[in-house]
Amino acid sequence: MSVAVVADGLEKRFGATIALAGVSFRVDAGELFGFVGPDGGGKTTLFRILATLMIPDAGRAQVLGADVVRDLWRLRPRVGYMPGRFSLYPDLSVRENLEFFASVFGTTIDRERSRIAPIYSQLEPFADRRAGALSGGMKQKLALCCALVHRPDILFLDEPTTGVDAVSRREFWDLLGTLKKGGMTVVVSTPYMDEATRCDRVALVQRGRLLATDTPHRIAASFDRPLVAVHVDDRYHALLTLRQSPHARAVYPFGESLRYADARGDVSIDAVVGEVSAFLASHGFAHVRVEPATPTVEDVFIARMGAPDAEAA
Amino acid sequence: MTARLTPGAPQPAPAIRARDLTRRFGSFVAVDHLTFDVGAGEVFGFLGANGAGKTTAIRMLTGLLAPSGGTATVAGHDVLAEAERVKRAIGYMSQRFSLYEDLTVRENITLYGGIYDLRDREIRERTDRMLARLGLERQADDMVRAIPLGWRQKLAFSVALLHEPRIVFLDEPTSGVDPITRRQFWELIYEAAAAGTTVLVTTHYMDEAEYCDRISIMVSGMIGALGTPGELKREFGVPSIDDLFVRLARPS
Repeated sequence: MSVAVVADGLEKRFGATIALAGVSFRVDAGELFGFVGPDGGGKTTLFRILATLMIPDAGRAQVLGADVVRDLWRLRPRVGYMPGRFSLYPDLSVRENLEFFASVFGTTIDRERSRIAPIYSQLEPFADRRAGALSGGMKQKLALCCALVHRPDILFLDEPTTGVDAVSRREFWDLLGTLKKGGMTVVVSTPYMDEATRCDRVALVQRGRLLATDTPHRIAASFDRPLVAVHVDDRYHALLTLRQSPHARAVYPFGESLRYADARGDVSIDAVVGEVSAFLASHGFAHVRVEPATPTVEDVFIARMGAPDAEAA
Repeated sequence: MTARLTPGAPQPAPAIRARDLTRRFGSFVAVDHLTFDVGAGEVFGFLGANGAGKTTAIRMLTGLLAPSGGTATVAGHDVLAEAERVKRAIGYMSQRFSLYEDLTVRENITLYGGIYDLRDREIRERTDRMLARLGLERQADDMVRAIPLGWRQKLAFSVALLHEPRIVFLDEPTSGVDPITRRQFWELIYEAAAAGTTVLVTTHYMDEAEYCDRISIMVSGMIGALGTPGELKREFGVPSIDDLFVRLARPS
């Protein structure tokens, strides 16, 4: 399989702030690759370097076989980039924005129609609306369309779904799936852990470093401690109480239940279920149900960053 | 932590009470006869897709926008006739704007204390208490822009509670922060609710919807679902609030 991106030891600092502290990874051609992590983790700096918009302090990166610094002018027309902040012209209409980005790269909407059809067909009913007056989800679809209109071979999408509602997020990821089926390499970043599962592979990013790079399934499976879900009426007080239990490594809210991760590696899950049930019962909690939980990428992220109650702030 | 009532007990006045609350912009009805109560000390999730009318509703409930029809009281004050009293009774924090980045942590706290007419001694005492609780003593004289987003959000929440409001409105408070900080933020919410503060919160994280005592999901200016997360999942026969949200927001 051919390689779309190779990064080797990328570093970047801004004054005293270290944005990237030696980042290395590779993305295969045709892959849907995700960088998952919070704001301020270094994702945006990394994307700017890969999109030829910023020069790293150290390390090197190749995109489609071209060096992002030395071969910048050869590379740029082949790269589609969607920045994290909405960066289209709010006073231009949907069609005018798209025409503008097409003309910058010497093409037209009509010539690229087949390429952008899956997305443009959703935008066309609003073709004359000002971009600034679109809903959050539609703005992101327009931005994606503008990043695609010059027929790039690879897409870099920096947090395309931040601040977008849950339904529009799903629709946006469906579009990324369609692009991938068409052979496009897509590199995307997101703060939403649930979106990690829609990628072929993900890298977990925290403070300028990659904590792990693998398939979402293998990352989730790397969780190496007993993990149980606790269903209880008074979650807040159960949370505070469970943290005092002798073998708690981390206790945190997780959707409708609490997650309890045990600190011991050599104890059976059934034993932990029994101990946690007994501990809560002995502290007067009623209607408690404890069951083994399947670890997710989010559990792994939390474990690698440090337990919520162990961190200073 | 909630204000769930025993049957027959006297009902305390709801913290928020909306009756047919409506707002039109020209011919467009952004909020369409909204009727709901939020109990004192409740954590209420106010959900909806972009454009469903959440922001318009919140602007009316916080006394910033006059309703076109209907009524609402917040902390017992009418949002139209007593908008200024509403503003004093509530705290507000949004993801987009909360603190002045070019002021230090301490200056931000002092500024908000002054805006809410706290005395100098109260401001000093509450500032010290807040910094200690957040573990921010050493950053007290740093510019807000220099501290990490997660800490900024926790500080913004504490500042919104500085004047001890009965109700706090949180508009996407956890957007873009890491999973640990999100959870720490929710523990601050639980703590405030346990102390009797009513919390109305919006979020795009559907797992956070499950953390609320009750939620509403707005669809096209109206309430499409209202209840505890457990009740709603049973009523609609869905495994998660995420699935319910998708079903309501995009009826096929």
